[in-house]
Formats: sequence, structure tokens, C-alpha cells
Amino acid sequence: MSEIGKYFKGIFSGLKTLYQGMTVTGYYFRNARKEIITQQYPDNKATLRMYDRFRGIVVLKHDENNLHACTGCSACEIACPNGSIEIIAPRLEDPETGKKKKVINQFVYYYSMCTLCNLCILSCPTDAIIMDQTFEHAVYDRSLLTQILNKPGSKLDPNVKE
Amino acid sequence: MYLTIYDFSGFFQSINDWLISTFSEPLASIIGYTLIGVSAIAFIAFLGLSLVYAERKVAAWFQLRIGPNRVGFQGVMQTVADITKLIMKEPLTAGSSDKFLYNLAPFIMMLAPFIVISALPFAKGIQVMDLNVGVLFVTAVSSIGVLGILLAGWSSNNKYSLIGAMRSGAQIVSYELSAGLSIMVIIIFSGSLQFGDIIESQANGWWIFKGHIPVWIAFIIFLIAGTAETNRGPFDLAEAESELTAGFHTEYSGIKFAFFFLAEYVNLFIIVTIAATLFLGGWMPLHIGDWEAFNSIADMIPSVIWFIGKVTFLILLLMWFRWTFPRLRIDQILTLEWKYLLPISLINLVFAAFITLMGWHF
Repeated sequence: MSEIGKYFKGIFSGLKTLYQGMTVTGYYFRNARKEIITQQYPDNKATLRMYDRFRGIVVLKHDENNLHACTGCSACEIACPNGSIEIIAPRLEDPETGKKKKVINQFVYYYSMCTLCNLCILSCPTDAIIMDQTFEHAVYDRSLLTQILNKPGSKLDPNVKE
Repeated sequence: MYLTIYDFSGFFQSINDWLISTFSEPLASIIGYTLIGVSAIAFIAFLGLSLVYAERKVAAWFQLRIGPNRVGFQGVMQTVADITKLIMKEPLTAGSSDKFLYNLAPFIMMLAPFIVISALPFAKGIQVMDLNVGVLFVTAVSSIGVLGILLAGWSSNNKYSLIGAMRSGAQIVSYELSAGLSIMVIIIFSGSLQFGDIIESQANGWWIFKGHIPVWIAFIIFLIAGTAETNRGPFDLAEAESELTAGFHTEYSGIKFAFFFLAEYVNLFIIVTIAATLFLGGWMPLHIGDWEAFNSIADMIPSVIWFIGKVTFLILLLMWFRWTFPRLRIDQILTLEWKYLLPISLINLVFAAFITLMGWHF
């Protein structure tokens, strides 16, 4: 008896759960015009806003006085698992104190190798680099994927504690 | 007694009379057959295009997307563009395949729907031939399609194609049993294999209302078996992308692939038409017993509209199934058929015979 009971119970519970699933998708079907979850991408370029968590590309923040917060400590270069960051920062003598100090010359970023894993952002002690929210990075030449992130003439923000 | 204003048979009879009076006897028949054939081809092409578009749009709505909306108004020309692309692509023949069978398979696949569509009633007077064994003919001929699937899988000389074709064949052959047995229930009730008689027998109510419990069970089983026979989801494991790439039509491209694609949707239409004709009265308007006033109001709507309405409803239901239910494994599919559907439909058949014997239906 129990086997036969199980057989019919299986049939009815199967039908019931299938009906439950159909109510869910039926709700979606009826309300599809109102609750579209996809973006009409090329049309809504002007209003498109990415999520805060979105990792587009690594950028070095510069303020309006062309100052950045990178001390050239190379923490991001060490943290990077595939060598897509290379910091060229020779030790130069500080004219005021006379101490030798790292000053970044070129913050080289190889976007072609970057997996956007976010480890460099996490490792940065001065929060100098962030993930930008842009995503249209296609270029016509591979060499354009190698970028110098510090802008010409930019300096270290003097307020940044090393 | 019903439906004299929207009867199409007079219209076709006048075309036939005009042909016979204008041309000689053989020429008139040739022209007549050609007209029927061309209209069948045009109808199938239109059906394939519109069903593919409907499927994409409905699927999008079930998943809270918009679906095709670029080509034409709301994307209605999307499938036309797709088919144009497929026609212009090169129809490759795989190098180590069995060339003859490989090229034959898509045509066999399309052959079954073409033959079946000749026996289906679309409206009062729109039917190519009303065979006296119409139901048997349709169930017999529609299984030619599985031959095309098996040939395609075998001749491609590809493991994935072969496994996909074998799964598909096992599935279709199994589910034809319970589909046939649930059709038998209606044949018992109406006492005829002719589509015209079956529809006429529903003039005082559709079988789904008149036949109550056995017909409800048979209807559900027929919908499940029909979904499986057309290789649609949740029974679409012949085309399991992750394990078998595209199943039996992996090696096909261009117009040959389009044939498989179209045949799938035309088969969907055929299954739905059979279901609508047997269980929901085909083109017969909704009549309730001898309520003369109600029946004559229902008759005001043309029979072809009733037919299209029922078919659209059932197609939407099957699409709803496809985009809701989880897929089954091959062993689960065969378990469902042999351990559940077949015993239930056998018992249901006996039950229906008993009800007919006692006259307990309406």
C-alpha cells in the first residue's frame, strides 16, 4: 500500500510543484512589459549607470590640481597576480629634507593582461587607484592597451601620509 | 445545421468548377493540385517564421526581457532576416559523412509536416482531404519525422549527433505510445477516426467538457507526450548544448539547418492542432448542449477565428511549459513515460470505454 501511495503522491506533488512554477513564470509573463530587467544598451547610453561594484578598468585618481595619491610603494605591483602593473619610481633626493624618496615616474598599466581582479585596489595603502565604471575599452591596436596612468606633470598630493 | 455563413467549401467548390470549366480535365487537376501545394508551402513557411518569432518574444517575456525589437516594428521581421541569412549561408556537407543520407535527412524531416498538414481541418471547408482514417493517418505519418532525426544523427558521422539522435528517437518512439492511447480516448467517445466526424460530434459541446474525467486525463497526457514528441523543453535533451552541442543537427548549416529548425515548429503546430481538434472541438465554436441562443451567438464568430484562438492558446501553454519546467535526464524521461504515462493512459482508456458503455458522458 505504501508503495502505491507513494506512486500517486509523487504524481500529485509533481503536478502541484509544476503548477507553482507556472504561477511564477505566469506572473513574469503578465508583468513583463513593466518589469524589464535588461538594459537597452546603445539607446540608453546617456542615462546608463553601472553598479558601484562594477570593475571596469584601473585608473589613478587625480584631483583638480593634478595631484594624485600614489607614493610609488609598489604594493599593487606586488599584489598583481599577472604582472599587469609596472611602477617605474626611481629614488630621488628630496630638495627640502635631503632624504631619498621614491617618486613615481611612470605608472604603467597593461590592460591586455589585467583580469580586473581588484587585488591592486585592495592592496593600495593610500587608495590612489580605483576601478572605473567605464566599459567600452575596445581599441584598434594592441599597443593602445598599455597605458601610463599618471598624467603628465602630476605630483604626489603633499597631504598623503606615507 | 450550424455555421452556414462562414462555410468555405462553397468558395473552394466554385474555384474547382471554374478550373474544370476553363481548362481540360487533366490540366484542371494539375492546376488544382499545384494551387494546394503552393498554398501549403506558403502556409508552412509563414507558420515557421511566425512561430519562431512568437517563441522568441514569449520566451523573452517569461524571462523579463524584451526580445527581438530591432528589425521592423517590434522586431517582427527578425525571423525573416534570420531565414535570409540561413539561405545565403553555405550548406556545408561534412567531409566524412554519408553524403546521400546526410543530404536526404532534412527533406525527410520536412516531409512529415507537409503530408500531415493535408489531413488537418483548419476551418469549416478548409481541409485538403477529410480522410475516413484521418487520425490514424496523422499519427502514422507524423512518425516519419523521427526517421529524419535518426538519419541526420547517423549520417553525420559524429558521436554527439548520434547520441542526440538516439535519445531523440528513443524519446519520440516511447511517447508516441501514450500520445496514441490518449487520442484513442476521443476515438472511443466520438466513434470515428475521421476529423470531420470528430468535430461534428462536438457540436453540442467540446469533448473536454462532455467527456469529463477521462478526457481531462487524456488531454494532460497528450500535452505532455506532444511536448516530448516535438523535442521541446522540458524534453529537449536531444539538443543539450553542454553535453551534445546541438544534438542531431550539429553538422548542419545554412538552409539544411533551417529545415530542422522549421520542422520543429511546424511539428509543434501539428501537435497543437491535433490537441485542439480532438479535445477542444477544432474549428467548432463553443456550444453548450441545446442552448440555442448561446450557440447561435457563438456561431457569429467565424470558425477560423475559433481555430486560431484555440491553437494560439495551446501554443502559448506549451511555450509556458518550455520556459518554466526544469529539463529531465534521459532516464527520467523514459521513467516518466513507461512507469507513469503509459500505465495511466492504459487504465484511462479502459475507464473511458467503461464510461462510454454506461453512457455517463454528456
